[in-house]
Amino acid sequence: MTAVSAPTPVELDQPEVEDLTFLDRPWVTIVWNDPVNLMSYVTYVFQSYFGYGKRKAEKLMLEVHNDGKSAVSTGSREEMERDVQAMHEFGLWATMEKAES
Amino acid sequence: MGDDGEGGELSEGFQRRRKGGAVATFSGFEADLLRSLASQLVELLRNEVAAPSAGDDPLEQLLDFSGPTTAPEDPVLARLFPTAYPDDAEAAGEFRRFTEGTLRDNKAQAAVRIIETLEDSGLPGELAVDGLVVDIELDRDEAVTWLKSFTDIRLALATRLGVEEGDEAYWLALPDEDPRAHVYDIYQWVGYLQETLVDALSRSR
Repeated sequence: MTAVSAPTPVELDQPEVEDLTFLDRPWVTIVWNDPVNLMSYVTYVFQSYFGYGKRKAEKLMLEVHNDGKSAVSTGSREEMERDVQAMHEFGLWATMEKAES
Repeated sequence: MGDDGEGGELSEGFQRRRKGGAVATFSGFEADLLRSLASQLVELLRNEVAAPSAGDDPLEQLLDFSGPTTAPEDPVLARLFPTAYPDDAEAAGEFRRFTEGTLRDNKAQAAVRIIETLEDSGLPGELAVDGLVVDIELDRDEAVTWLKSFTDIRLALATRLGVEEGDEAYWLALPDEDPRAHVYDIYQWVGYLQETLVDALSRSR
């Protein structure tokens, strides 16, 4: 883990990203249903990573389960990239897109 | 898992640890199986090179922080590292370049932690004796590491098998001599362990 210099390229990209998000609609993180992840685990991830209460986490989990997907967080493009990466870290199938206007 | 009792009694899974985290007791057979699954995951994650070659220029190589920009060919890796922007190949490539290497390293390290903890808890390099019992004690952070890695292992097994939503009956009806039946049993077993681990962590919040 020689991470001292590794974050640099990400930071170099930030101004461009911020310019875009300033002008555009916000972005959303979408979590998609998959046949593998346990309902209890998905709820746990929404609680522990996003800090959502149990009721909200379960509602989002059930949306994923019943509707096939759920928008689990909203924010700038940069923030959503962080959330998507975190979801991938937890093994959830996550993508991002612009929020519907 | 198998109904032939080759591993003796099955672990009851994880229980809440008083100080936070979780504890579990595994038979030597179970601990050995977990180690084998974790090892295979590490091997897979380190199998395909994550970063493309930067060319012949030594300076360029030293400055190459980049990762891959296209989705992995292996379906398991493609599932572990999904495409973040389904409708924008360029943005998806950039996202992958900056995240996939880190994700790979973290997932491989998590699986290595499982192997190390099992061995530190008394699992020998080669399982020889019958009746070995491996007691595992995980603090909260370690338990979360195991939880994530169980997910990766289950995603890998399910992707190889081709598990789909609501197809339990199909798998359970496979004849015992079908090797996929055995793999599905292992997949279910890791799922059971994960369920008990989520439960142990949720109740100690």
